Amino acid sequence: MKKVRLLDIAHARSGDKGDTANVGLIALKPEYYPILVKHVTAARVARHFKGMISGPVERFELPNLHALNFLLHGALDGGGTISLKTDAQGKVFSTALLRLELEISK
Amino acid sequence: MKSQPATVRIAAGQGFWGDWLEAPYRQVTGGPVDYLMMDYLAEVTMSILQKQKSRDASLGYARDFIPLMERILPIVVERGIKITANAGGVNPRACAEAVAETARRLRLGGKLRIGVVMGDDLLGRLDGLLARGHELRNLDTGRPLSDVRDRVVSANAYLGAWPVVDALRGGADVVVTGRVTDTGLTLAPMIHAFGWQPDAWDLLAAGTVAGHTIECGAQSSGGNCLVDWERIPDLANVGYPIVDAAPDGTFEIFKHPGTGGRISVAGVTEQLVYEMGNPTEYITPDCIADFTTIRLQQKGKDRVRVSGVQGRPATDKLKVSVAYFYGYKAVGTLVYAWPDAYKKAQAADRILRQRLADLGLTFEAVLTEFVGADATHGPLARAATPLDELPEVQLRIGVRSPDKAAVERFTWEIAPLILNGPPSVTGFAGGRPKPEEIVAYWPALLDKRMVEPCVEVVEV
Repeated sequence: MKKVRLLDIAHARSGDKGDTANVGLIALKPEYYPILVKHVTAARVARHFKGMISGPVERFELPNLHALNFLLHGALDGGGTISLKTDAQGKVFSTALLRLELEISK
Repeated sequence: MKSQPATVRIAAGQGFWGDWLEAPYRQVTGGPVDYLMMDYLAEVTMSILQKQKSRDASLGYARDFIPLMERILPIVVERGIKITANAGGVNPRACAEAVAETARRLRLGGKLRIGVVMGDDLLGRLDGLLARGHELRNLDTGRPLSDVRDRVVSANAYLGAWPVVDALRGGADVVVTGRVTDTGLTLAPMIHAFGWQPDAWDLLAAGTVAGHTIECGAQSSGGNCLVDWERIPDLANVGYPIVDAAPDGTFEIFKHPGTGGRISVAGVTEQLVYEMGNPTEYITPDCIADFTTIRLQQKGKDRVRVSGVQGRPATDKLKVSVAYFYGYKAVGTLVYAWPDAYKKAQAADRILRQRLADLGLTFEAVLTEFVGADATHGPLARAATPLDELPEVQLRIGVRSPDKAAVERFTWEIAPLILNGPPSVTGFAGGRPKPEEIVAYWPALLDKRMVEPCVEVVEV
């Protein structure tokens, strides 16, 4: 097993829809996409963001773009104009996800 | 009958209201394009514009659109470039009249037709709709709109590409709209140029994907792009994206030669997943686009080809964006310096919260962030970074309440901490924070048949 930081195998962009932040996670190379599919599960992402989001995590697959899309519900303190957060529109949840470390077989 | 063009080039000029003022000028002068598309309306924008209109009936649109038109109208008239823009906000007719007046001043009379797309504004019809059983339930919470009816500030249905197509068919050179979807402003020129049919779902989906790709301006041409970001060239002169669309629904994204930025598969992919929900159903008034069918290919330097897009029939609903008065908020900040910057900011937060409690003030929410330590990445940052030696930390504390007096009283509790709290504090030059009105967003769906778009084309 070896440790891989998501930042080294993927890039990401995030945005908002109400109180939900979305994170699009994209493999830096096509051969990394199966690693993302296998290891970056909705449950793993929910664990990663424990304490930062109040709702569930949904995951969608875009194999054509070598990307996964995550919806982080209850991530934005009400979202939009209601939110008191610096990142009220979830713009940098993307890089917070890239902190995730995976244990993968060599 | 006009012959069908081989391709149509649609240039993005604004990704939001307040985007780079130079971009539209550069798009119409930097090389040949057929259309300039400008997206002005975010969810909260409509409520801001509605407030302006309630104070002055001649306002309620993106006012900086007029000086921009003054600058570029002579160029677009000379080059035959058409414009689609949702700059009309809640008063598209007044916006169009202001454009017409500008055109006349520029002696463009007889050379320009202006199209106006209306019918999205539901504010005056809300009670009638509610009375007829259209509950406009909140898509997130399920609550009926009647819960907040007395606090509604604006209500607009999202119109799609077709009314914009009608304006173009009517000979409009500049189409000014109210709440037309961002993607519809790009799709409409393709429908118009290629004669796409209302049930050509794959083509409509392709045009919708093209719209999504360029609707945030430079976000698909090197701006806000994480991949290899330090080597993206010359962002000072970033070229905004242009769609080069073909009649078969394939298109290429490019930018004018000699501009900065980068158009790459990685950057376009980032934009495609931006604000994405379920990728198999990207729902617009015009169609449902399936983003899992998109194929991207780097065709050359700063040129990405998009193909394979599939779509499905549109739903029988339109999305409605309602803005309503929610309450008040205020955010105060102070900066603490080394040594123990983080600990001092934490101590100040504890003191402040105790004082708020002692005053008997209660809030719907009190949120503290330590900017420089954990504001954006929360506990993930605290676990990853040693916090003892931070050179400075900004204490940022916000409150929210329906009670304006409580929020107002909170704002008086920040500055005293400078002299009666933890040491080494600075960064208060902004003065006492001001309580802000919160106008919140209420997304809902409405039966399409309840909305009648209205299109006018007038000669200048």
